Amino acid sequence: MKRKVYITLIGIAILAFMAGNLSYPKYVNQSVDFLNTKLGFLFPHFWEIPFKLGLDLQGGTHLLYEADLSGVEKENYGSAMEGLRDIIERRVNTFGVAEPIVQTQESGDQYRLVVELAGIKDPAEAIKMIGKTPFLEFREQKTEEETKAITDKQAELQDLTLEEMQQIENWQLAFEDPYFKATSLTGQYLERAELVFDQQSGTPLITIQFDEEGSELFKQITTKSVGKILAIYIDGAVISAPYVNEPIEGGKAQISGDFTIDEAKELARNLNAGALPVPIQLISQQTVGPTLGSISLEKSLKAGLIGLLAVVIFLIIFYRLSGLLASLSLIVYVAIILALFKLIPVTLTLAGIGGFILSIGMAVDANILIFSRMREELKREQSFSVSLEEGFRRSWPSIRDGNITTLIVALILFGLGTSFIKGFAFTLSIGILVSMFSAIFITRNLLRLFIHTKLEKVKWLW
Amino acid sequence: MVIKFTKYRKIYFGLSGLLIIASIIVLLGYGLKPGIDFTGGTIIELEYRDERPSNEQILSELEEFDLGNIVIQPTGEKGVILRMKHIDEEVHQNILGKITQKENIQSEEGIAFETIKVYITETRFESIGPVIGNELKQKTNIVVVVALLSMIIYIALAFRRVQRPLRSWQYGIASVLALFHDILIPLGVFAILGKYYGVEISIPIITALLAVLGYSINNTVVVFDRIRENLLRRGEEFEETINISLNETLSRQINTSLTTLFVAFAIFFLGGETLKFFALALLLGIGAGTYSSIFLAGPILVTWYKLKRK
Repeated sequence: MKRKVYITLIGIAILAFMAGNLSYPKYVNQSVDFLNTKLGFLFPHFWEIPFKLGLDLQGGTHLLYEADLSGVEKENYGSAMEGLRDIIERRVNTFGVAEPIVQTQESGDQYRLVVELAGIKDPAEAIKMIGKTPFLEFREQKTEEETKAITDKQAELQDLTLEEMQQIENWQLAFEDPYFKATSLTGQYLERAELVFDQQSGTPLITIQFDEEGSELFKQITTKSVGKILAIYIDGAVISAPYVNEPIEGGKAQISGDFTIDEAKELARNLNAGALPVPIQLISQQTVGPTLGSISLEKSLKAGLIGLLAVVIFLIIFYRLSGLLASLSLIVYVAIILALFKLIPVTLTLAGIGGFILSIGMAVDANILIFSRMREELKREQSFSVSLEEGFRRSWPSIRDGNITTLIVALILFGLGTSFIKGFAFTLSIGILVSMFSAIFITRNLLRLFIHTKLEKVKWLW
Repeated sequence: MVIKFTKYRKIYFGLSGLLIIASIIVLLGYGLKPGIDFTGGTIIELEYRDERPSNEQILSELEEFDLGNIVIQPTGEKGVILRMKHIDEEVHQNILGKITQKENIQSEEGIAFETIKVYITETRFESIGPVIGNELKQKTNIVVVVALLSMIIYIALAFRRVQRPLRSWQYGIASVLALFHDILIPLGVFAILGKYYGVEISIPIITALLAVLGYSINNTVVVFDRIRENLLRRGEEFEETINISLNETLSRQINTSLTTLFVAFAIFFLGGETLKFFALALLLGIGAGTYSSIFLAGPILVTWYKLKRK
């Protein structure tokens, strides 16, 4: 019996050690560093995974756009939205934001696009860039003289400050694109783009079809550009820069480049989307500055810590030794939850932290139920081990029923709610599940440790 | 010693009845003030680097934008929160430009640059379109209804085996009465806070009240579980059984509420602005819930039992 308890407790200790260090690896890594430098060991560092913070805690902006699909045929809604998403995703990627989120969303017959930019410095600028309709254009090569003039000017202006530059004649020239200049051919004239495969080599190609006006323009431009490059730009970035071998009539063109099938597919989709008029409108915006975010994080963590401390003090005063053991399992509970937040990973928002802190208060409920029962049994002069097992057995229905009601509410909130409610419901649900484990399994085994010891006779301890 | 909780039940009912009636009156009279989550609208939070201008000054600066009703609320030392109707990004930028008194100046060489006279940081900006607000309102209504219904069904199922001396649905009704008590009182408080302090009902408050829903049922279930157990084990009279059960669960009820109240207080005082009213809703709900699980749910059963016997 005792042997089994010891083995279980060792298992719990290992779990607690892993969870604790996973959620806060600083101390173990410091000791590892210390040992490594002092004694020349080569212990590795503990696994370091950062918490994933939501927009309200690290600062950032949440944008909700509505897409106007009135110009698109119903069966193309899906691909139009996908194209829109890809274009915006690419634009967003240039902002230098870690893990931007761009998602399409359907609500009734409304098609929406959610953009989340965590830690963005200038949301206004980002909104400006996102809001543009995708822009496809063809640019022709500049003459060698033009290119040389620009590169020379750039060399001349190198290392100068803005003010010094402005003293030099024609300084603006240096800021121009040295190789390509705009033509009047843009996505406006594109009828459609398609992915095909080269019949001989089997490599993926994109064919594009211009409308009538576009075909005429294309013919003129290709005639001028024979032997030169005609670059294809989307949103001001080169997508492909094919050589023009001969003037092209009929408005059909092929873009070959060394892309993979997936890249080619994406390009075709983007070209189509670029040609499609899918205007979007910003209908909702939430922006939190980084300072406010970190203040919120700090405050909520402090609240959690103080709350935890108050609960621990209360438990020890009121339930003495059992309270101390319950506090131990509560601390293991906190470590496990934090480790789970990192492992799953759960994006932590203020609401999520609120749910987690609340679950600390609720987690001890099971222990309180059990201890109350145990005391009743001890009062009836039952032996310690009988009281212990009876206390757990008798309080189980209440623990089960009570937690199920909270869990039901949490699940409903999760299923139907908005992101704030979801964050809360999710952490509360995890909290409830893990708290049952810690209150029942961990506390019980800790208590079993005292069966048949001198301490079990000391009534006031329990 | 057994405390006779059911003896003075008329006093408890009277007290709760008064609070519930008062809550209903203020709810009907004042109504709840829905936040921008539900109505659509804008919140701008600014932090001035130097001196915070007066409300009148800010208002007169914003006059030209035709923003309707603007509520200005100072926050912290140099911060200010502006609330107004939903605006688009262009108006938003124009407002910021106006407040910072940004001017675009052309130098003699024709170079454009900006000058800023008032330095601010925008710490928060939320602008929610009315469509989104409406959708959220509907969603929230659905959540509330589904949550209430599932609680009633759960209680009915949990007590389906208890048939004597009261039917299982009567336990269900008693716990639902307690539940309404626990939700109505905080709502009444928020109606008053909304009327006099402009506190708006936001998503966090709704979330907290829904958590109270689960918590309240949980508390009642613990008492009823004990009553169920004692009814099966003991031979005492119904009222006596209820009193014994309430006494046996008393320390658990109080202690669990205390631990939860500790953390809710910690969030209320230390958790920052966003979670403040979330915590307040929890405090009120848990307080009411603890009271109702001791002084209402059990005594209601006794009253019902006596009515039946007459």
